[in-house]
Amino acid sequence: MAVTQLVGAKIHRREDPRLITGHGHYVDDFLRTGMVYAAFVRSPYPHARVRKIEVTDAAKAPGVVAVYTARDFKSVITGATHPATPSFVAEKKHVPERRPIAETEVRFQGEPVAVVLAESGAQAVDAVGLVDVDYEPLEAVTDIEKAIKPGSPAVHEGAPDNICWDLAYAGDDVTAAAFAEADVVVKERIHQQRLAPTSMEPRGVLAEYDPYDKKLQIWMSSQGPHFIRLFISGALGLPESNVRVVSPDVGGGFGSKISPYPEDYLVAAAAKLSGRPVKWIETRTESIQNTTHGRGEIFDIEVAAKKDGTLLGLKVTQWLDCGAYTATFSAFQPCACLMAGGAYKWKGISARTVGIFTHRVPTDPYRGAGRPEATHLAERAVDLVAREIGMDPVDIRRKNFIQPQDFPYTQNFGLVVDSGDYDKSLDKALELAGYKELRQQQADLRKQGRYLGIGLSTWIEICGFGPSAATAPATGGIALVESAQVRVLPTGSVIVYTGSHSHGQGHDTTQAQIVADTLGVPYDSIEIRHGDTAEGPAFGYGTYGSRTLAVGGLAIHMACRRVIEKGRKLAAHLLEAAEDDVSYEQGKFMVKGSPDKAKAFGEVAFASYGAGLPDGMDQGLEATAYFDPPNFVWPFGAHICVVEVDPETGSVDLQKYVAVDDCGTVINPLIVEGQLHGGITQSIAQALFEEVVYDPESGQLKTGTMIDYAVPTANEIPDLVLGSTVTPSPSNELGVKGIGEAGTIAASAAVINAICDALSPLGIKHIDMPASPDRLWRQINQARATAGNGQKGVKA
Amino acid sequence: MIPAAFEYEKAGSVEEAVSLLQRFGEDAKILAGGHSLIPLMRLRLAQPSALVDINGVKELNYVRLEGGKLRIGAMTRHVELQNNDLVRQNVPMLAEIADEVGDNQVRNMGTIGGVLAHADSAGDYPTLALMLEAELVTNKSRYQAKDFFKDVFTTAMAADEVLCEVVFAVANGPHKYIKFRRRLFDWAIVGAGAQKLNGGWRIGLTNVGPMPVRATAVEQALASGATPEQAAEHASDGLNPSGDLRASPDYKKHLARVLTKRAIQQAQGA
Repeated sequence: MAVTQLVGAKIHRREDPRLITGHGHYVDDFLRTGMVYAAFVRSPYPHARVRKIEVTDAAKAPGVVAVYTARDFKSVITGATHPATPSFVAEKKHVPERRPIAETEVRFQGEPVAVVLAESGAQAVDAVGLVDVDYEPLEAVTDIEKAIKPGSPAVHEGAPDNICWDLAYAGDDVTAAAFAEADVVVKERIHQQRLAPTSMEPRGVLAEYDPYDKKLQIWMSSQGPHFIRLFISGALGLPESNVRVVSPDVGGGFGSKISPYPEDYLVAAAAKLSGRPVKWIETRTESIQNTTHGRGEIFDIEVAAKKDGTLLGLKVTQWLDCGAYTATFSAFQPCACLMAGGAYKWKGISARTVGIFTHRVPTDPYRGAGRPEATHLAERAVDLVAREIGMDPVDIRRKNFIQPQDFPYTQNFGLVVDSGDYDKSLDKALELAGYKELRQQQADLRKQGRYLGIGLSTWIEICGFGPSAATAPATGGIALVESAQVRVLPTGSVIVYTGSHSHGQGHDTTQAQIVADTLGVPYDSIEIRHGDTAEGPAFGYGTYGSRTLAVGGLAIHMACRRVIEKGRKLAAHLLEAAEDDVSYEQGKFMVKGSPDKAKAFGEVAFASYGAGLPDGMDQGLEATAYFDPPNFVWPFGAHICVVEVDPETGSVDLQKYVAVDDCGTVINPLIVEGQLHGGITQSIAQALFEEVVYDPESGQLKTGTMIDYAVPTANEIPDLVLGSTVTPSPSNELGVKGIGEAGTIAASAAVINAICDALSPLGIKHIDMPASPDRLWRQINQARATAGNGQKGVKA
Repeated sequence: MIPAAFEYEKAGSVEEAVSLLQRFGEDAKILAGGHSLIPLMRLRLAQPSALVDINGVKELNYVRLEGGKLRIGAMTRHVELQNNDLVRQNVPMLAEIADEVGDNQVRNMGTIGGVLAHADSAGDYPTLALMLEAELVTNKSRYQAKDFFKDVFTTAMAADEVLCEVVFAVANGPHKYIKFRRRLFDWAIVGAGAQKLNGGWRIGLTNVGPMPVRATAVEQALASGATPEQAAEHASDGLNPSGDLRASPDYKKHLARVLTKRAIQQAQGA
């Protein structure tokens, strides 16, 4: 390998000048000749029978080209749609068939029942209002606790109890001994509210069908265009090779742009039906209503421990709101159960996951997908025990951490944690936060009746999905490896095709840093390309689950090494030296011991396209690689949050946030910091601000705009104090892990632990999210009333 | 997020705006800064048949101090209210409220007249106008603030009436307005203002009912010598706020009391 020059350097994102000056190319920037605009007629009811759809007036409206309903699509969408992968639940009790458009029954508010195509977007939206749908509203259930009660309306006939799956990963026999020897047992119910992913760019699809060549081209805001090609070609009965999916610049996904959506199938099919290119761009309200939601769970936990703080056993039940269907990766979220033990050693963990249908839009992965929930419950569990036995939250963590010498550590569910040094990151975080001083300050303020709280989250994460042996069964066949192709052009510049996909992560920069170092070529001579199924290797696996560096980065590295190997053979031939005597350093192939006998990378590249190659060598200098990692990678860290709660109004002042994270070898510290800023903010958002709310009676979405769905801004987030430790992953040659979801996985627990710590003098042990002022005020009042300490309760 | 079709005309003067409103009829709306109206139109919650754009009406953009009164043209934008010396010196609470409206983009476009005419119960200027007994001047008549606000999103103005000016008496004594919200750019969950004026206190509340509220019971208690704590207990007297996603009715009433107490205390401390 070349001497490291760029890996580890703080290089500004080279894609930014283009993106921030408006020179990006998002789906909505593409125009095709003859293009029409689609708008969807959507159910206003969470559950209704569709008696009749009258489209006559809409079809006659100005500019309208066509109005399609379910019947029209039957001849075009002939294959299966909306696959539900096994993910972490191979055996499901009932997986309903899902079609992209409802014909006789709608099962969530926003489900499409008709599509209007018109010459302009405004005409399409106007005509939507003219489609007359005769609905018979039916009883709906939008709450998982109600959905599993006998007599609840069934979302699907095939699941009268509304249970999609009910799986015990480990039963109570595993924890019986631990609970038998426990001095203390604490229980809690933890809600994980539904969240809307709200990427800056909503979804969008543009499709064009060529009836002569029978080719379909799709431009789409997606995290994995190859999977979309696979799904859409199957549904439309086209050879996979006849479909091209281009995901150009994409403005964020957070997991919500992995699975195929109704609009993806319908816009492609409408292009085929109408013979016109069709564009649809999601509105913000459509996005909050119809893009899959994240979280949507209730966890019941029981923790057994000794009075000296030794953790013994953990029982977890996850009640997961699937929504109206089983989304493609819905059963990924049960990984919360498998990760529930966090950074600690346990004698036993029993875990059960129950997937439940409701009349709401389906849930699917959202940044962290199961791992934020795992951290939240593990970190809450540890704090609850610490409170119960009067131990400092730092001490109980240290007492139970998996130790550096324990790695590789096989945890309770058989996953092998590759590396870690949890005390080290905690030490550093405590130092950055000034923990001792904070505890003193807290004691002083308490005397004045003020409520300062300090919350910890010593999180760990599984990411870098993943080894083929684990992931092929989880997807139903396709292993989540990653592909790369490195092409060296005759004059020595390099094009790299990656099967990963950048939608804000800065891959153009970090991947070029890896290539520059591995190949020893100038950074500016490297072009990174992604997001077009017509280019590069046959299949790309896309970007999600913090996998791109630890899997995709290694594929690129591997392809670069193959290029060097061929280059070395050719250089040896040109230098008339034995192959073993030629080394490659800093862009030069040289004969060992004779540095003047050398060929530059560019010379070898040029020669590779010429005549006189060694026997058996064909022309060109390029290589393709698929990297199959031997294990997942396991980042970790320690976050500390300091809050002051105003007991009179219930508002939370976030005073300090410290994060020390370890993602192994760092390619670009700026990118890592950026990911942490975004990730922590998104998790603080869950802790304090965001929640998708439906009216409990009518099932109507109440948070349909960004006024009501409270995404925080920089104003609401304190300056983040970031630190790091570096524990290289033993699972790959670069020593890298992932950082895309770390902040989101870590932060909600730190914030809620801080609030609970602040309010501990009132006897408050647990707070649900979002910890809004109204909720906190109510809880504070209740605690005071219960304590009966003479302080004022609720006055209304 | 595409509004329904509407007609659009620019007016160059108040007179022209009035004649356009008369021409388009009752379903026409005036477009000032547009930061409330346009989002409502994009959600199709408002579907005016026509917009009469008064952004080019220069005669409505001014701040003057005349005869001990601060006269503010209806098209004066938040950013001007924030920075204008006459405002800062004579009705400083208005400048401070303007500082906390929305974000820079909103403050660069939004106008005082637009906020008052829109009559959103969560708007801050209506509360200030009510508690300071401002006068609202239209092309047809002059209204006392207490007679101007009729219901949520409803004023006393007729369809062809244009709000031209707001007149405040000078109020530069101790004051404080507290806007309680979760995000900096949000509307108030509840707002409370306190202003010392002519030896007494004026107390106003935002978003605790369909219209701005003047907390006269608090004012009277203070006049009778009550402490801020005691007086503020009356802030929720007679209130019947509706709950929303951010706050239940009883929490709003609680906030009315707490914020009123704090506003008075902080005004006294300033």
